[in-house]
Amino acid sequence: MAQTPALPPDHPASAPVVSLSVNGSPQSMAIDPRMTLLDALREALGMTGTKKGCDQGQCGACTVLVNGRRINSCLTFAIMHDGDEVTTIEGLGSVEQIHPMQAAFVEYDGLQCGYCTPGQICSAVGALDEFGKGMPSHVTADLSDISLSDDELRERMSGNLCRCAAYPNIIAAIRSVAEAQS
Amino acid sequence: MRRFTYERVSTPTDAVMAFARTAGSRYIAGGTNLIDLMKLGIEGPAHLIDINRTGLDSVEDIPEGGLRVGALVRNADLAGDPRVVSGYPVLTRALVSGASGQLRNKASTAGNLLQRTRCAYFYSADLPCNKRQPGAGCAAIGGLSRGMAVVGGSAACIATHPSDMAVALRALDAIVETIRPDGAARSIPLADLHLLPGKTPHIETSLAPGELITGVILPGPLGGIHRYLKLRDRASYAFANVSIALVAHFEEHALRAVRVAFGGVAPKPWRVEAAEAGIADIPDPAGHIADAVFASAQPTAQNRFKLRLARKALTVLLDDARAEALGDKRT
Repeated sequence: MAQTPALPPDHPASAPVVSLSVNGSPQSMAIDPRMTLLDALREALGMTGTKKGCDQGQCGACTVLVNGRRINSCLTFAIMHDGDEVTTIEGLGSVEQIHPMQAAFVEYDGLQCGYCTPGQICSAVGALDEFGKGMPSHVTADLSDISLSDDELRERMSGNLCRCAAYPNIIAAIRSVAEAQS
Repeated sequence: MRRFTYERVSTPTDAVMAFARTAGSRYIAGGTNLIDLMKLGIEGPAHLIDINRTGLDSVEDIPEGGLRVGALVRNADLAGDPRVVSGYPVLTRALVSGASGQLRNKASTAGNLLQRTRCAYFYSADLPCNKRQPGAGCAAIGGLSRGMAVVGGSAACIATHPSDMAVALRALDAIVETIRPDGAARSIPLADLHLLPGKTPHIETSLAPGELITGVILPGPLGGIHRYLKLRDRASYAFANVSIALVAHFEEHALRAVRVAFGGVAPKPWRVEAAEAGIADIPDPAGHIADAVFASAQPTAQNRFKLRLARKALTVLLDDARAEALGDKRT
């Protein structure tokens, strides 16, 4: 794994160390506390699958799973994740055996330029997990009986923007995985 | 981003002691608003105290009725808690109408309350803002004010508090529990947590320096029909132009009691209890409440529409709730 310096040249030597698991591999690094989890993944660990879009929590390109839950990695400091388990697009599947959500995005053509895709896929995996746990959404009509309509999928994915507007195929891809799971 | 030092604490007491020890401290929980503002240089704490592992992350039953929501309970978890879904559906509905799935997984209960009251000019470092720099002036007044407060603002600031959760909590008469650096604990009715801007819009809450929110008390379930209506410029992931948290009790078709709090219209969740009193005898309850709640409104030409929108929305919402009470079973 490439180890780019995570500290500015003028930073004091007593930089804090964060230890976390990324895609199952333990990682330990001295970092500037200002470094976001997104920048730690991309710059310190060289894992560029996770993308930086807006860098302010609006676009969702930086979505990763932390302890199994989807979050915006641009809006959290890496130093706060000591001991956490991070899953990025690189860890969802392997080249030999891609994740079902990745396969569905290919099958349903759920992308054009592809820049938002890692975030879309991590977010979709997290969203289906939330649905499986019975978490309601804004469009849920009956809080005691949640069904996964396309309206539900669109609402649950509203934190992920696609400037190519591949939305119809993204929804079709996620729906195919949800149906295969049920 | 301004450089800061970082420490992680393991108890609320350690948190307030750490705050007292280090000048320029701020607590950080979910960080979804604070980090955003730190990146822009609008917030610049010298020291961050990470309270995420202080154990304030559960929802507990209170023996005499009600729930104690830990300060760190994430918005998504609070929305999906079966006790909240069944006893406080207005809160679930408000929570899931806010932000995105990713943000709700990170944002905490206390952090949601303490997100900055803000507007686009607050985020624009090259334009004057009395919140960012007291005395600098307000570019929003006379500027693009469509999304701003119509009531409760001042000549110094017309920003709104964007929380949906807080609007539902206001209708539920929630109580905020805190501890201070001297170890003293206190309870603050949610109505008294957020301050109106007056001449000091940079002071947004009644919390003392270093005072830490430890939890939020939900009094026992009210029953009745719960609704949260959010009207915004797009279908999802946007702040409200107007939102309404409603808890209504009917006997057959007759409205007997009501609680109404508005969001998107003021620097804090906006509720006027006097408007709700004796509602059973009022022929046009929505009009009556809207008149009273917005009696002191001072809209701009650009956001005057919010007053009409609020009145019509409440009319529709009450009709909808009445239909549910009469048997159209939805929650």
